[in-house]
Amino acid sequence: MAHDVRRDSPELPDFSLLKRLARDQLIYLLEQLPGKKDLFIEADLMSPLDRIANVSTLKQHEVDKLYKAENKPVISASDQLCFLIRPRIQTVRWICDVVNADKAAGKFRRYKIIFTPQKFYACDAVLEEQGIFGDVTTDEWAFYLLPLDDDIISLELPEFFRDNFLAGDQRWVRTAGSALHLLHSLYGPFSKIYGIGRCSKMAYESWRKQVEEGEQKPRQAEIGNVFLIDRDVDFVTPLCSQVVYEGLVDDIFKIKCGCVEFGPDVTSSDKSVKVMLNSQDKVFSEIRNEHFSNVFGFLSQKARNLQTAYDKRQGMDIKQIKAFVSEELKGLKQEHRLLSLHIGASESIMKKKTKQDFQELLKTEHCLLEGFEIRESISFIEEHINRQVSTIESLKLLCLLSVTENGLLPKDYRSLKAQFLQSYGVDHLLTFSNLRQLGLLVEQQPGETLTVMESKVGKLVNDRTAGKLTDAFSSLAKKGNFRALSRKLNLVPKSDEEYDLRVPRDMAYIFSGAYVPLSCRLVEQVLERDGWTGLEEITRLLNGHEFSVTGSNGADLKQKNNAQRIVLVMFLGGCTFSEISALRFLGREKGYKFIVVTTAITNSSRLMEALLD
Amino acid sequence: MAFITANWNPLGDAFYRKTELYEMRWNIRDGLKDSLVAAAPYGGPVALLREPHRRSPSSRPQLEIYSASGVAIASFPWKSGPVVHLGWSVSDELLCIQEDGTVLIYDLFGSFKRHFSMGQEVVQSQVLEAKVFHSPYGTGIAIVTGSSRFTLATNIEDLKLRRLPEVPGLQGKPASWVVLTQDRQTKVLLSIGPELYVLDNTSCTAVCPPDLSQAGSIVHMSVSFSYKYLAVFTDTGHLWTGSSNLQDKLSEVDTNQTEAPKQVVWCRRPKSQHPSVVLLWDRLLLVVGVCNDTIQFPIENQSVLVGEMDGVRIISSTTQELLQEVPLVCQDIFKIASMAPGALLLEAHREYEKSSQKADEYLREIKEQNVLGDAVHQCVEAAGHEYDTDIQKALMRAASFGKCFLTDFSPDHFVTTCRELRVLNAVRESSVGMPLTHTQFKQMTVQVLIDRLVYRQFYPLAIEICRYLKIPDYQGVSRVLKHWASCKVQQKDLSDEAIARAVCAKVGDSPGVSYSHIAAKAYECGRAELAIKLLDFEARSGEQVPLLLKMKRSQLALSKAVESGDTDLVYTVVTYLKNEMNRGDFFMTLRNQPVALSLYRQFCKLQEQETLKDLYNQDDDHQELANFHVRASYREQRLEGRLSHLQSAVDEYTKAKNDFAAKATEEEMRLLRFQRKMDDEKGAGLLGLSLQATMEALMSLGLHKQAEQLYKDFRVPDKRYWWLKLKSMAEKEEWEELEKFSKSKKSPIGYLAFVEVCMKNNNRYEAKKYISKVTPEQKVKAHLAVSDLEGAADAAIERRSESEMGAVLSRCSASDRLLIDKLNRARAATAAKK
Repeated sequence: MAHDVRRDSPELPDFSLLKRLARDQLIYLLEQLPGKKDLFIEADLMSPLDRIANVSTLKQHEVDKLYKAENKPVISASDQLCFLIRPRIQTVRWICDVVNADKAAGKFRRYKIIFTPQKFYACDAVLEEQGIFGDVTTDEWAFYLLPLDDDIISLELPEFFRDNFLAGDQRWVRTAGSALHLLHSLYGPFSKIYGIGRCSKMAYESWRKQVEEGEQKPRQAEIGNVFLIDRDVDFVTPLCSQVVYEGLVDDIFKIKCGCVEFGPDVTSSDKSVKVMLNSQDKVFSEIRNEHFSNVFGFLSQKARNLQTAYDKRQGMDIKQIKAFVSEELKGLKQEHRLLSLHIGASESIMKKKTKQDFQELLKTEHCLLEGFEIRESISFIEEHINRQVSTIESLKLLCLLSVTENGLLPKDYRSLKAQFLQSYGVDHLLTFSNLRQLGLLVEQQPGETLTVMESKVGKLVNDRTAGKLTDAFSSLAKKGNFRALSRKLNLVPKSDEEYDLRVPRDMAYIFSGAYVPLSCRLVEQVLERDGWTGLEEITRLLNGHEFSVTGSNGADLKQKNNAQRIVLVMFLGGCTFSEISALRFLGREKGYKFIVVTTAITNSSRLMEALLD
Repeated sequence: MAFITANWNPLGDAFYRKTELYEMRWNIRDGLKDSLVAAAPYGGPVALLREPHRRSPSSRPQLEIYSASGVAIASFPWKSGPVVHLGWSVSDELLCIQEDGTVLIYDLFGSFKRHFSMGQEVVQSQVLEAKVFHSPYGTGIAIVTGSSRFTLATNIEDLKLRRLPEVPGLQGKPASWVVLTQDRQTKVLLSIGPELYVLDNTSCTAVCPPDLSQAGSIVHMSVSFSYKYLAVFTDTGHLWTGSSNLQDKLSEVDTNQTEAPKQVVWCRRPKSQHPSVVLLWDRLLLVVGVCNDTIQFPIENQSVLVGEMDGVRIISSTTQELLQEVPLVCQDIFKIASMAPGALLLEAHREYEKSSQKADEYLREIKEQNVLGDAVHQCVEAAGHEYDTDIQKALMRAASFGKCFLTDFSPDHFVTTCRELRVLNAVRESSVGMPLTHTQFKQMTVQVLIDRLVYRQFYPLAIEICRYLKIPDYQGVSRVLKHWASCKVQQKDLSDEAIARAVCAKVGDSPGVSYSHIAAKAYECGRAELAIKLLDFEARSGEQVPLLLKMKRSQLALSKAVESGDTDLVYTVVTYLKNEMNRGDFFMTLRNQPVALSLYRQFCKLQEQETLKDLYNQDDDHQELANFHVRASYREQRLEGRLSHLQSAVDEYTKAKNDFAAKATEEEMRLLRFQRKMDDEKGAGLLGLSLQATMEALMSLGLHKQAEQLYKDFRVPDKRYWWLKLKSMAEKEEWEELEKFSKSKKSPIGYLAFVEVCMKNNNRYEAKKYISKVTPEQKVKAHLAVSDLEGAADAAIERRSESEMGAVLSRCSASDRLLIDKLNRARAATAAKK
């Protein structure tokens, strides 16, 4: 279904500049080690690198062989080794082993480590500890942002979520700040910055400091507004099963760096096919934001159109056929290929998702969101666990239950956990410990006792500690607030009306009309109110840390120029394709263009996997 | 002003003049006799060491430091060893070279800064003579020792000693020697009797000045300021001058003096017409031009010559004079009966002031020659070269007057000269005492001038000059303030509070002044409290950290690092603390800083597992300790090791009051033991499986009894057990067993499950058996599961459920026309009833 795009909709800035900058810098860094060299690339950097510089570009700059950086001894005859890695201690240690092995074997080589997007002090510390600090040269490749699509930019840092929110390790915050700074210097100056969450606030501070240190050349802003949001502000949305096409594809086939691999069951041949999923794909761009129930209808319509286009051939004279072949046929063929792929994918999805289990899973999720039939949902989850349907799915349901219900009753908490451990092994004790720490799966605390205790303790200790305690308590209490939030922000539309998924009314369509994603609702509300005024209650429920700052060029804020309607939404800790679809919908409705910047694309299974131990 | 040429002395066709710069403000009883004197070029300070060789311990020689105008800056008794030579470095430091080769460095105010030695062997052989020289590389020192060896250091800031090769036939010190800088190499030129030798890094070469006719012993030598020219004085009284590379000869003059002069200094200026050499004897000052002409000045007091780039300063105990060639432009203007444009313009202005119409005549004459522009330039330039402010004014006024008659004349030259003259006059002021000429000022640049003012602590003047010359804050005012603040913190008589306040008030937030820098200075002076106060003003918390660490304020450093949000900085501090503190204190410190603690934990998780355990232990974090043990148990291969880790985990969980986890862990241990037993007995390969997987495996192996035992032992919920059995039996196609099992008691999981599982294992026949037992609510589903549309339709109609009818309908294909009709009818009927 083609949406009527508002005619005054602003143009998106051109983000291919980011790629060019990254490529030029990488080439420069490679040239710093003249002569032939072998390049070792961190496994999860392979795909992003491929989007920046392909193999032939690397070869042009005297990269001889390419290897994946694996925890194995190196078999390379080159006397120059270059490592392109994330600043991870494990990888640095492996490099230390490689160098020390060479030393022991009396082999002399030159080594260069390129850290991306930046180097951490701990890496140097390891190099020093292993005694090879003087043997290697190090560089930083400031490759912060990878544009995945016209409106999606990723930092490709999945570990951000766990490091920051679970381990409390804030080293990536500066990375986020630098990424924002890069966008600011290329597409800014920003006139308004909103945000919510502790990490967002820190990233904002880090960015502000960098702006103060550097100098900003006055330029025409291309991006006017920025909204920063922490993933832990809204855990509900990524826990829900996705039913929008792009989200479904991600849930089932796993989209990696904007690219998906369709297996034989989709391609209906014995080969797998890698497909880039972005707005260049004409078929995909029309169905990506659609609720899955509409996709088939659309695809068959498309197939018919295609056939008509092919059929035009009949009744053409030679000249026309010639023109047809040279001009249209290629496009049609391409479209044809993509169409058959997406039809294949949809069929495969249908097979998996129209099964009873999935329908019941969705029903349970919707019940949890609405807060009805909780007992039934709990027994569904119990059965889910007992039948060992899937570890990740069980965990996800448990978390959704806990988050929406303000924690589990002590009895349920124990029994569900016990059953889970019986099903999936006792090592998940650690997983539960992680989930509890994040507040994703907790025991219900009687609310009153909390506040009483808080005020009592508060009297005993000084203000500063009291503040910390309040923080701790409120983070405990925080999970309880989903119901209240849902009521206040009207997240769950009234279910008595029929929801026509073909003509979506609101952002809830991405969850079959059952739930408006909290994160996107916040963006909508704040943009509407131009700040957090009137949302005090909400921010209190969300544990505060909200801010809204008018940027340096406040003067032309009043002007409703195009840049003002381009809004950059930065998710710290990842965002889902469903949220992106919701924002696109919101943009169409309100005449905004959203650019989503995220530390990584996530979904329920990635979120859960990140918390396994 | 009419007598402006009164002190001009002709030399060849040039003129030399001797101008008085200052009446010296010092009061030296014995004059400069018996003193070591060092005066720095560019109007630098003067150091005096009285009677350096008096070795009686009771009376120590006095070291005095004066400004060029003789204002006392410092004075203190010399307590170290005998001094051979004094000299000044380019940054106004006093270098005192001792007999034993030690070089002591003092600042302008006589406070000791540092020292270094010119080599170990010098201690034995002693320094006979030393020279301080300046080159593009900085300030250098050359010495000759008692063993006739030369040692050079070309830059005292980056000390590299070079011992030069031996000079054949040299005993003691040479009669005369100089240091040359040529072709980026520093060499020594020395004379033994009539012979000259060049000594460089590797060799000693005999050389000969071209055309040195009078072969006598060479007793004195001198190189020019630029190292380009050399003057040689022989004991026959002849002065030979030529290029310092000994390629060309300029002149040779007989001075008729047989005694060796005390000092020989070149006197020339850039673009000099007639350079000359100034020779100094006790009672005579002789200027010898290369044109063979000479000028003689009698000398009353003992004097010292200071070579400058554009002249020679003559310092005596009472006065200081500048001897220089009169600049060409001044000659042009002031020469008697000069008709140069500048001279005419000056005259025109003079007449104009007198309201005489002659002014017009002069002006017309200049204009006729079309040289008014030149005239103005000449006046401006000449003003720059004059010392007397009245003459400066007269010239500038004349220039300004001439300028009025010119259109299209750029005022820049006039304006800058005006400004620079104001600055120069200010620093020449006797209280400041920097007698800089305009040429020197241009060479030294205003930045260096400001530095020098700062060294002398003329802060207000320096700031005024910065502001007046509109120097950007970064290079100007801020720099001065930084020095000022660094100096201010050393004032011992003020309280910390007062100093901090004063510094903050003055410095404010001037760009480029770092409070941490000032604080570091304060700390160097031993004022830690002040340093901390100053650090508080530092806006960038990251900048505060290194100093705080140095001051051992580790807690504060850590919290500042955390505040900065720079995790690398936090980590730096953490690593530092780890090495500095004992473990207990270190952990305690971390405990108060959650951010740092999490960072360190992350690091330990990957690098130091044991430390991690200690960390948790310290915090009595039993929960994490237990988790740690659980994690460790999975890395353990042997069952015993695993069990012992799990046992520790149980203990810790119990301490953490996490009964649930403790129990779960205990059960895991029981399960592991059971699995081991089974593996040993039956070879079942169960170790490490979850309870569910274990039961599944047991069932598939047909070990139902054991599975049942687990079910009882671990209180597995009925539902789970039923599911398990159901699935396992269906998979093994034990249909009879299954039926029996289904009848053993009422199924806790209902019977729809049976239907579905049977279907999953492709047995529709068996599936149908259970449909009758399914609850009415699930009947439709059950029928649909076995694809019995009619049954489903009947059930749905019976239940009068629209939605279920719809569900059945959606499964109907076009061929099921009858059924569809039936359903539609029923649907209509139900709808009607409502």
